[in-house]
Amino acid sequence: MRRRPNHLAGLGSLVWLALVGFPLYVLLISTFRTRANYSSQGPLTFPSQLTLQNYLDDFSNGFGQDFLNTLLVTVSVVAIVLLVVPPLAYAIVRARGRTIGTVFRIFLLGLAIPAQAVIVPMFYVISKAGLYDNLLGVILPTAAFCLPVCTLVLTGAMRDITSELYEAMAVDGATPWRVFWQLVLPLSKGGLSSVVVFAALQAWNGFLFPLILTQSESTKVITLGLYNFQTEHGVDVPGLLSAVVLSMLPIFIVYLFARRALVQGLMGVGGK
Amino acid sequence: MFAIVPLVLVGVLSFTSWNGVDAPRFNGLANWTKLLHDPVMTQSVWLTLVLTVAGVVVQTPVSILLGVWAAGHQRNRAVLSAIFFIPLLLSATAISVVWRAILDPNFGVPSQLEWLFGDGNLMGSQSSAVAVLTFVGLWQWTPMHALLYQGGARAIPQVLYQAASIDGAGRVRQFFHITLPQLRNTMITSVILMLVGGLTTFDTVLILTQGGPGTDTTNSAFYMYQQAFKRFDFGAGSAIALVLVVVATLISLAVVRLSGYDKMRSTTEGL
Repeated sequence: MRRRPNHLAGLGSLVWLALVGFPLYVLLISTFRTRANYSSQGPLTFPSQLTLQNYLDDFSNGFGQDFLNTLLVTVSVVAIVLLVVPPLAYAIVRARGRTIGTVFRIFLLGLAIPAQAVIVPMFYVISKAGLYDNLLGVILPTAAFCLPVCTLVLTGAMRDITSELYEAMAVDGATPWRVFWQLVLPLSKGGLSSVVVFAALQAWNGFLFPLILTQSESTKVITLGLYNFQTEHGVDVPGLLSAVVLSMLPIFIVYLFARRALVQGLMGVGGK
Repeated sequence: MFAIVPLVLVGVLSFTSWNGVDAPRFNGLANWTKLLHDPVMTQSVWLTLVLTVAGVVVQTPVSILLGVWAAGHQRNRAVLSAIFFIPLLLSATAISVVWRAILDPNFGVPSQLEWLFGDGNLMGSQSSAVAVLTFVGLWQWTPMHALLYQGGARAIPQVLYQAASIDGAGRVRQFFHITLPQLRNTMITSVILMLVGGLTTFDTVLILTQGGPGTDTTNSAFYMYQQAFKRFDFGAGSAIALVLVVVATLISLAVVRLSGYDKMRSTTEGL
């Protein structure tokens, strides 16, 4: 049966399109204005003259360093998550012991705890460990806060593997290690990519941990750079907005090429 | 472990006075009595609840409509939904920075659309500042919840709709009698996420309003940050954080209980 278009929801979606499209238009067009043009003509009129100067200025203002720091944090967080989560999820799905059940439940508890709630003791622990103002001090908590959701998503994916497949491998005399590498990992590829997407987005867009746990220029990440830019040069709106565009560019490129995988990943994890 | 150990520590620290440099000293209930008599604290709890409820009320209908729409088979759906979900990719920081620039009373959009915005100082009064925070929250979170609903709507068996249209039920009746009830589980998941997210709204407040005007938009998460990391009163900060955790947990549990979610055999997907 062919479904007729849903007009009510269609109308809603057009309104939403305007709500999303308009700010993005203002954002993009403002980055190509000169600062003088922005303050004299305002953000709405189409500028008479376009410039790339704002983007160049961002790089001389240290955007490159922020970018590398953010990249380092993101890659490390994804690496930690990939190292810890698959074996953990495998253990939770396959093991029958009571300990592993308890561990899983504690993990689920971690889902409900917002980062703000534990930021003070986190600051305490990180300073005691001598990691304050060190990127490692940002990487570890960020990864830790990704773990519960990632484990949950991956256990979901691994549960879908039927027990016949495990039995078949067991009959063939495969070690648990081989089962893990040759059966579980390949079959939970979808779950794994969701986990990577989620962890990468969290790390790339993270703000609270860098805000609290770093202070110097050399450890600044992009989000913190935007925040500082705003408080220090609040009047240079085109410069600020071009930095915003630069900050979302890498994710946007990935989004264009891998939209389906990315959206599916976000759908799977849903969490904030 | 990174979540549980600090959670215990936050409880301990809430009974100490600590300036972040020296060792924490126990001071009994001093932080708690101080907060109990602190008008800003009381106000921040109210404001947090108002922002949270407003967020759920505004975001839920929009996300359901968008999600149901995106689950259907319209023309241009792929292109449009690609644009819809762009806010998902932006960090809360970037979103707040952009909206602050757009809504700037002197150089932003309000200066050019005076018929719509009046004097345009949206961050200047409590009611409009709260409205801005709610709106930016809508902008930021709706795509994610719409995705949840899209998944939920796709999982509804088509047979139900076929049966309904044979019985002569129209589009709108189908929506209220099939789609909405079938989305019940998704709705609970989504509302809990909105509640926890709303209670802990921080980045947007810090960047858009800095808690102002005065303390008019100082919600609990922002107040916690101020007390701990600006006034270096980490004991008081911990106490506020503990209140936040307890409230968030209680509300989530209440939603789960009241909706009977825990007793249901999950029919579609939850989280």
